[in-house]
Amino acid sequence: MTASKDKEEISTYKTQPAEILAIRDLTDDTRYFKLRCKDITMNKDFQYRPGQFVIFSLPGVGEATFSLSSTPTRRDFIEFGIRKVGSFTEALFKLKKGDTIDIRGPYGDGFEMEDLRGRDLIIVSGGLGAVPLRSVLLYIEDRREEYNKVFFLNGARSPKDMLYKRDFIAMNQRQIIDTHLAVDEDDTGEWPYNVGFVTQLIPKLGELIDSENTTAIICGPPIMYKFVIQELLKLNIPKDQILMTLERRMKCGQGHCGHCAVGGRYTCLEGPVFTYYDVQHIKELI
Amino acid sequence: MSKEKFPEFVELIKSKGKLFGPVKQKEKYSFEEIKDFSELDFDYQRTIISPKKFITPAKYSTLRFVKFGQTEVLPDDEPQIVMGVHPCDIHAIKILDRLFLGNIKDPYYAKRRENLIIIGHSCLPDDKCVCQSTGTDMVEDGFDLFLTELDDFYLLWVGSDKGLGIAIEAENLLEENVSEEEIQEYVRWQQERSSMFTTSIPSYKYLADIIHLNYDSDVWEQFGEKCLSCGTCSLVCPTCNCFHVDDKIMMNAEEGIRERMLDSCTLPYYSMVAGNHDFRPDRTARLKLYYTHKLKEYIGRWGQPSCVGCGRCIAYCPVDINVITVSNALFEEVCETQEVCDQ
Ligand SMILES: Cc1cc2nc3c(=O)[nH]c(=O)nc-3n(C[C@H](O)[C@H](O)[C@H](O)COP(=O)(O)OP(=O)(O)OC[C@H]3O[C@@H](n4cnc5c(N)ncnc54)[C@H](O)[C@@H]3O)c2cc1C
Ligand code: SF4
Ligand code: SF4
Ligand code: FES
Repeated sequence: MTASKDKEEISTYKTQPAEILAIRDLTDDTRYFKLRCKDITMNKDFQYRPGQFVIFSLPGVGEATFSLSSTPTRRDFIEFGIRKVGSFTEALFKLKKGDTIDIRGPYGDGFEMEDLRGRDLIIVSGGLGAVPLRSVLLYIEDRREEYNKVFFLNGARSPKDMLYKRDFIAMNQRQIIDTHLAVDEDDTGEWPYNVGFVTQLIPKLGELIDSENTTAIICGPPIMYKFVIQELLKLNIPKDQILMTLERRMKCGQGHCGHCAVGGRYTCLEGPVFTYYDVQHIKELI
Repeated sequence: MSKEKFPEFVELIKSKGKLFGPVKQKEKYSFEEIKDFSELDFDYQRTIISPKKFITPAKYSTLRFVKFGQTEVLPDDEPQIVMGVHPCDIHAIKILDRLFLGNIKDPYYAKRRENLIIIGHSCLPDDKCVCQSTGTDMVEDGFDLFLTELDDFYLLWVGSDKGLGIAIEAENLLEENVSEEEIQEYVRWQQERSSMFTTSIPSYKYLADIIHLNYDSDVWEQFGEKCLSCGTCSLVCPTCNCFHVDDKIMMNAEEGIRERMLDSCTLPYYSMVAGNHDFRPDRTARLKLYYTHKLKEYIGRWGQPSCVGCGRCIAYCPVDINVITVSNALFEEVCETQEVCDQ
């Protein structure tokens, strides 16, 4: 999934204007943004893979990186889930429907969805990790026949912190993907799904999957990886079939600014998707 | 080319664009704009800042914006010529070229690079030069012209079409044929120069492995404790290119610029992401990144480190953390643990 793939030439920092089609609150501090490139041909040509990201530019405020949360199987718009954490995101949250934002990308080496055809899939997300993995999930829903068994485990601190709660509950009801939603703590007393860490759901999958033919995809806060990986290894999932997307500080997205370097790799080019095998061989990855 | 002809040669080069060259200022050297031949001083070991300042300046704008619109800021088209560039610094430019002009081209770098003419100059080492270890004490390409200074004459190498153009124009200053004695003199000079190196990186060949084996060594802690996180090492290193990007708003709150500035992985917050999560919160981790990236990871990827042995970190780190002290300490660690010293 990583290393020496020939990259087509992306040569500039040229941005393109995109219109905000819709904004919606996902949680107290996280919002959904739906965008469309204003230029029709640009819009048509905007090809991407789940796991890739885009860089937003607000002149005077700066630039920031956001994962694509929509699926390339549904054309004509792109979606993001963004948490307000600082200066850039604060400015972004002031924008309204109909406003324009400059974007560049997509960047990064996303998931090779074609290579996963025919496999069992376990998709595990925590917190903001649901943003990039939603792209994977919707992609699979649209091409369900290409994959074997698919499980989705999503964890959040509490019901009100769960991103895309509405979407995921609907996903659970559609039953196209075997969806399990967990909250660490149910402060509402009305959560109809699992309570407890998302890791607890993993062992149960053991007898349902064919380990050798299973790929796991993880994204979540740094602390989550260790525990989830431990459980996945217990299920005998091959190390190179545990995929994860990792966050690093990024300034350019093109392998030039150096900030995202881990080991000899630039996360912006060869990541953000890595395998557990990579993690074992590259110091500092997680 | 005989030495008397040299000033005239420089004059001719000056007609090609803005000329820069090594100038002595208070015991230190730097590449400055040259108005007059007399300002040039080729008898130097290293400038504080390498010629990277011509292609990836410490600070420059990439975007200018007004209330309703923005324009990309590309560098001027004016050709710049830099004279007196030593082999190590030419190697460093080759490393930067590979990074910035690989399959993803950086438009700002590309434009500056296209407009830069590099005229190399031979040099003699001091006790801080370790380019012989890193294999960057000689260059065969990466320059437009290269001058080797011998007792009474210069030998001129042509390294590009642009360089050839200048050589053709300078035809009447140059002698076409190099005599057998001149070649002999050059060979003698090379041998003498090679024997002048006094400092080397221990076990250079195994450096990548040594660093790998010592990843968890206390040595890093010891250096980490001393490091001031001042970033000088990145500022002066000719292959350090990391940059930071920042937007600035003018007083009228309606206009502004996006700026890139040189950054250093030794500075705090280099690897900080949102939510105050810092992947490398301490100096030890950052220093380790600096040295493993330069000396190990580059070898893994390109078969060559990104240290060109220029000796700048040796000369300018205020607390003596540099390629020599670091590789020596790591080497000693291996000796203690693996008894490979005598090999
Ligand atoms: C590959 C990738 C995908 C991401 N996807 C998402 C996503 O889908 N949703 C989401 O909410 N967030 C995502 N992020 C994080 C997002 O980029 C940061 O939250 C955002 O840059 C913080 O901006 P801020 O100015 O509001 O925060 P502040 O904390 O004010 O940032 C302060 C400074 O730190 C810099 N900074 C902070 N975090 C980062 C970072 N990760 N990379 C570079 N610079 C940083 C900012 O540029 C700014 O200059 C992603 C990050 C990466 C690297
Ligand atoms: S290694 Fe030396 S020059 Fe570099 S940041 Fe530390 S103290 Fe400064
Ligand atoms: S690491 Fe030190 S000696 Fe090597 S190129 Fe950089 S400044 Fe020069
Ligand atoms: S984000 Fe700049 S090198 Fe990766």
